[in-house]
Amino acid sequence: MLIVNSPVKEIKEIQKDIFLQKIYSPVIAKQIKPGQFLNIRVSETVSPLLRRPFSICDVDGDYIFLMFNIFGEGTKILSHKHIDDTVDILGPLGNGFNLTNDFDTAIIVAGGLGSAPFPFLTRLLKDKFDIYSFVGGRSKNDVITYNLLNVQTATDDGSLGFNGNVVQLFEKNLPSFKSKKIKVFGCGPNAMLRALKEVCIAHNINCEVSTECAMACGFGICQGCPIEATEQSDKYLLVCKDGPVFNVKDVII
Amino acid sequence: MSNIDLSVTIASLKLRNPIMLASGTVGYGNEIAEFIDLNKIGAIVTKSLSLKPRKGNAPQRITETPAGMLNAIGLANVGVEVFLKEKIPFLKKYDVPLICNIAASSVEEYVECTRMLNEEETIKAFEINVSCPNVKDGGLQFGNNLTAVGKVTEKVRAVTNKPLIIKLSPNVSYIHEFAQVVKDSGGDAVSAINTLVGTAFNIFTRRPKIQNVFAGLSGPAIKPIALAKVLEIHQKVDIPIIGIGGIMNWKDVVEFIIVGASAVQIGTLNFIDPTAPIKILKDLENYCKQMKINSVSELTGSYII
Repeated sequence: MLIVNSPVKEIKEIQKDIFLQKIYSPVIAKQIKPGQFLNIRVSETVSPLLRRPFSICDVDGDYIFLMFNIFGEGTKILSHKHIDDTVDILGPLGNGFNLTNDFDTAIIVAGGLGSAPFPFLTRLLKDKFDIYSFVGGRSKNDVITYNLLNVQTATDDGSLGFNGNVVQLFEKNLPSFKSKKIKVFGCGPNAMLRALKEVCIAHNINCEVSTECAMACGFGICQGCPIEATEQSDKYLLVCKDGPVFNVKDVII
Repeated sequence: MSNIDLSVTIASLKLRNPIMLASGTVGYGNEIAEFIDLNKIGAIVTKSLSLKPRKGNAPQRITETPAGMLNAIGLANVGVEVFLKEKIPFLKKYDVPLICNIAASSVEEYVECTRMLNEEETIKAFEINVSCPNVKDGGLQFGNNLTAVGKVTEKVRAVTNKPLIIKLSPNVSYIHEFAQVVKDSGGDAVSAINTLVGTAFNIFTRRPKIQNVFAGLSGPAIKPIALAKVLEIHQKVDIPIIGIGGIMNWKDVVEFIIVGASAVQIGTLNFIDPTAPIKILKDLENYCKQMKINSVSELTGSYII
């Protein structure tokens, strides 16, 4: 966990309103596990005041890649950075996905910007595992397939791929997977993650999801990002520190 | 080696410098210790402790506002017993005064928490939170009632000889009246201020952005209010004041001290830059050198009106 002022080296719009930013930060880059995040201070002024959490989209050597859309003031400022402008990054934060040896087939299920953490996961897994990606969005412009493999798409309005939601598409395709050692990696809106959890539990499939919650610090001191554990507990888990990746069996989404 | 004396004294509490870390913004010290050397800090104020563990409020607990943030964490904490057993051993490794902040739902609970913590020699003082706006029981209902603040102070005073600081609410008309009650009831100092009551709504869903609806506003947005409250207390009551509210840099620290604070607490800034308290210390020392101030305590209440 470090705070490093790091220069932006490239920024491009990979599809309409979706930006990919390349940041040079060798010390942080070498520590990152897929599924971890950064908390970024986009400006030295007091507005916006707080850091903004971002999934780490990819890591390549000394470079970190972030994927984002313009959601509010923070992402607007970030999208306007010039080459060699610096961003103040705190990270890597959170636990990341568990890449154990108990699966041979990785299935990615992503909704909208939920695709953000998966290019790095794909990069790390592609040589050893079979990877299939199910990617959804409300409409075709919301479907982000950047650097994913074996992609099938779903849209709520039917403008691209399967007409329906991405979890329905995943469930429909489940019989086609021959392997018994499947692991699902999910990220997207909470409603999507809830549906994914139901399907995975019903079919007894190991599933980890990356969750999100408003937070201030990103490392456990503000206590702003609680998530309820499935086991009765006298405390909440924290998305920033205990997550953002959880096994779906462990949390109430 | 600097010849600037940064040490300050609040009642019998001696601090190596006036920079304290505010309750609720440093947990129990372990997370922030990854970023700064706690031995260089004036004091740490723990997260509010209650007798039994508190789970806190359901999400969403935090939202940003212009130059500020709203939080309704709801005093999530491990409870006094777990604190003594599991959190104190880590804090004992550091040579930094530990101040326990206590929050409760009744006078009896304040007293019982203090009594249980009083035996622990690592704990150098108590800060009694009578002003949290985010809990249904206790909290602000004590903080805006003069009689209740007096009673809590008096009853807690009876079970400890350690310095007793009462953290005051700004959500009152005349904060100096509360400081006076604290003094008259045996309190040693006051912290000013706790968060202001605020709220925020989503204009599209018409729903509150914070699940608890009402929340505590902190950050630079509240600094002018906090300064005014510290000044009001300083002008009316002879009691040490710990200034809190939106400190973002050394200049803010100096401003709080000039209007009457003996020490300050850094809060929301810890979330944004956990290394900031150490940077502030260095800058504060440079300011003293530049202004030919030998002891930072000379600055307290040195305003010219």
